[in-house]
Formats: sequence, C-alpha cells, structure tokens
Amino acid sequence: MIELIHDYWLYFLVGQYPNGPLGGLTLTILLSSAALVLAMPLGLLLGVARVSPWRAVRWPTAVLVQIVRAVPLLLVVFWAYFFLPAVTGVKTGQATTMLMTLVLFDAVYLAEIVAAGIRSLPKGQLEGARSLGLSYGQALRLVILPQALRHVLPSLVSQLVATIKATSLGYIIGLSEVSFIATQVNTLVFTRAVEVYIVLALTYFMLCFGLSRLAFLLERRMNRRPVSAFATKVTP
Amino acid sequence: MTFFDASLLRSGEYHDWLVQGFTTSLQLLAASFVIALPLGVAIALMRTSHGRALRGLGATLVEGIRNVPLLAHLLFWYFAFPELLPEPVKLALYDSNPEFICAVIALSLYAGVHMAEDIRSGIRAVPGAQMEAARSLGLGRLASLRLVLLPQAIRIAVPPLLSQTVNLWKDTSVATVIGAAEMMYQAARVETATFRSVEAFTFATLAYLTVSLAISLAAQLYARRFPVRT
Repeated sequence: MIELIHDYWLYFLVGQYPNGPLGGLTLTILLSSAALVLAMPLGLLLGVARVSPWRAVRWPTAVLVQIVRAVPLLLVVFWAYFFLPAVTGVKTGQATTMLMTLVLFDAVYLAEIVAAGIRSLPKGQLEGARSLGLSYGQALRLVILPQALRHVLPSLVSQLVATIKATSLGYIIGLSEVSFIATQVNTLVFTRAVEVYIVLALTYFMLCFGLSRLAFLLERRMNRRPVSAFATKVTP
Repeated sequence: MTFFDASLLRSGEYHDWLVQGFTTSLQLLAASFVIALPLGVAIALMRTSHGRALRGLGATLVEGIRNVPLLAHLLFWYFAFPELLPEPVKLALYDSNPEFICAVIALSLYAGVHMAEDIRSGIRAVPGAQMEAARSLGLGRLASLRLVLLPQAIRIAVPPLLSQTVNLWKDTSVATVIGAAEMMYQAARVETATFRSVEAFTFATLAYLTVSLAISLAAQLYARRFPVRT
C-alpha cells in the first residue's frame, strides 16, 4: 500500500494537472466547497419561502423541495448532463454539470435546514420584531435569520460532508474526481484492487470524519452557550 | 421526430428493459432493507450497551461506513472484495449474479448504519426509568429489552426509519456503477440505444418519484396514527 501511495500520490491528489484538467482529491474538495457556497444564497431564499406566510410562495417551494428530495441525485445528474447542452446549445463539461446539479441539490437541502432553523425560534421573535415597526423583510434579515443561522451551523457542516460524498457520483459521467482517479489507478496496477479501494475509502473517511467531528464540537459548544434570546440576563 | 414519444414506453423491447430495471431496483430495495433493518437494530443495541468494547465496535462500524460515499463502497465490494475470497467461493460468486449480490452487500451496510443511528436515538428517547421498572419487575436484561424498551423505541424510530428507506430506495440507483441492471442502468441503456433521453429519464423519474412519495406518505400516516406517547 505504501508503494502504491508513493507511486501515485500526485495523480491521486490533482489528476493530470498541469498537463490536463484538474482532478483527484483537489477537484473533489473544490467542487463540494464551491457547490455549498453557491447554493447558500439560493438555499436561504428557498428556506425563507418555505416558511413564508403566503401560500402562493410556500406551496410551489414545498413541491420543488419534495420532488428534488424524492429522486436520486444520480438521476438529476443525468437530466442535467443531457439537457443543459440541448437547452443552452453549449456543450457543458462534466465539472460544470456536476457543479450545477450539486448547487440545486444543496440549495434544496439547505432550504430545509434554514426552514428548520427558523421554525425552531420562538414565535415571539417575529412578532416582537414586527411590533417594533420592522417590515417582514427587515424582521427576517435583522432578527430571525441571524439567530436561525447560528442554530443550524452544525447542520451546514454536515451538509458539506454530504456534498463531498455526493461529488463521487460525478464518476458516472466521467468527472475526474478522486473515485474516478482511483479506478484509473486500479486499471494501471491491475491486481491490487483491495489496496487501491482501501486507500480511496480511507481518504474519504479522514476528510468526512474530520468534518463531522467539527460539526459535533460546534453542536456541543452551541448547546452550552444558549442563544441570546433565552439568555437575557436580568440585571438587578 | 416528436419531442415525446410515449409509445416507446408503452410496449416493445425498450419498455421491457425499463420495466425490468424498475423490478430490479425494487428487488435491490427489498433485499437490502431485509438485511439492513436487523443489522441496524444490532448495531444500535451495541452502541447503547454497557460493554465498552461493544460500544467501541458499534461506533467504529457506524463512523467507518457512514463517512465513505456509497459509490466507494460499491467499488470496493465489487472490484476488491472478491479478491479476498477463497477461490471456490469467488467462482461461485461470479457464477451467480455478482453485480446484484455486491450491490446488496454495499447497500445494506450503508443503510444499516444509518438505520442504527435512528434506532439509537429512538432508544435514547425512551426514559431510563422504563428499563429500571422492567428490571425491578423481575424481567431479565434481554426480556426487558425485547418487551419494554424496543417496542417503545421502534415506535419513536419508525418515521425516521421510513425516511431512511426512501434514501435506500434512491441509493439503489448508484448500483449502476457496478453494472447492476437496475432502473438507472436500463434508462441509460435505452438512452444509448435510441437517443430518446427524455422518454427514458421521464420513466425513471416517475418510477423513483412514485415509490419515494408512497414511502413518505406511509411515514406521515404512521406518525398521525401512532403519535409518540409522552
């Protein structure tokens, strides 16, 4: 296994770069972080729409969320892979296709996280903000969202873990992320499949386990320090 | 060439491929579920037991499996695992249906540890006094588990377990990477043979949607019929 890592570590980390497209573990990490960051604004918007007081906004969002969550991500990848070029007329690369799919996918999951964060706040927060004369938008932006987002920070880290795992599906459309590279190394060395795939599994494990520990620590810290809404100090 | 040619889906060879894929997906779901659920219960009991070694083993299994994507599991079980088997077993595996069997192993382990976590939160949600009361009534440890703790824990865990089953259903699609002839594989095959991607993927989308929504509906009905007692 040591020999294998010694021979192929660079290929495993960056793929054919700089003689070809960037790939390997670097692509996996870049793609998942970019997807989460790009999905954030969309997720916030959908999350707010999900708990909107207006039915005309709430219901379509609910339908979108339910549909995206009910079909496999792989199917969305396929739809995007065959449709984006047909609709836009431009041949989209594997990385772009995967990024767009992940953004949609993450936005929907983030919407649920954000909505859960908003719902977990006491009702009085919104009512209080409104009665102080803030508009609905202002109340959301200044009072509700800052608290809700703090609540859901650990879930955001878990979502990053889910996204990292989801990038592996790019393998199927030939995206040269880390699973794809591992399979190529496997064909190069031929008889050492066990070692190759254990290295791959360990790589994912270290990345995802590290991040999920971070989520756990964040959760513990937040539980210990209650959200300011409940911790109003009564000054004598 | 029409945009959507429904006759392709109604009859003929491609219809048969798609229906066969749907059936295989359902078989994958059933086979993996039947293994994953008891596995989940076993791991959850390990994680909540008093033995330190058992708890450690349970945690290792859960973290080790959960933090690796399903795709990497499938690649391992299909390409690497058979190499570790003794020759006769390996040949027997290749003679049967290796894609299906390896997919079931990977899927049931992956779903099993996720279910274990749901069952564990169910167990932890049952007040500790329940167990003490059962023990003080003279029930043995196992009897108290079986008769008092688990029935309550499972009732709390059913809705998350059903949503885990939806995940398992969606995850069966990933088995296409090792060439298991399930829904996704057959849809892609029809697409390659006919270039009718819209029809093939519409069929697949409707198939996945129907089953997912049916399971979610069951979860909602269950939660309404059997609300968690507090």
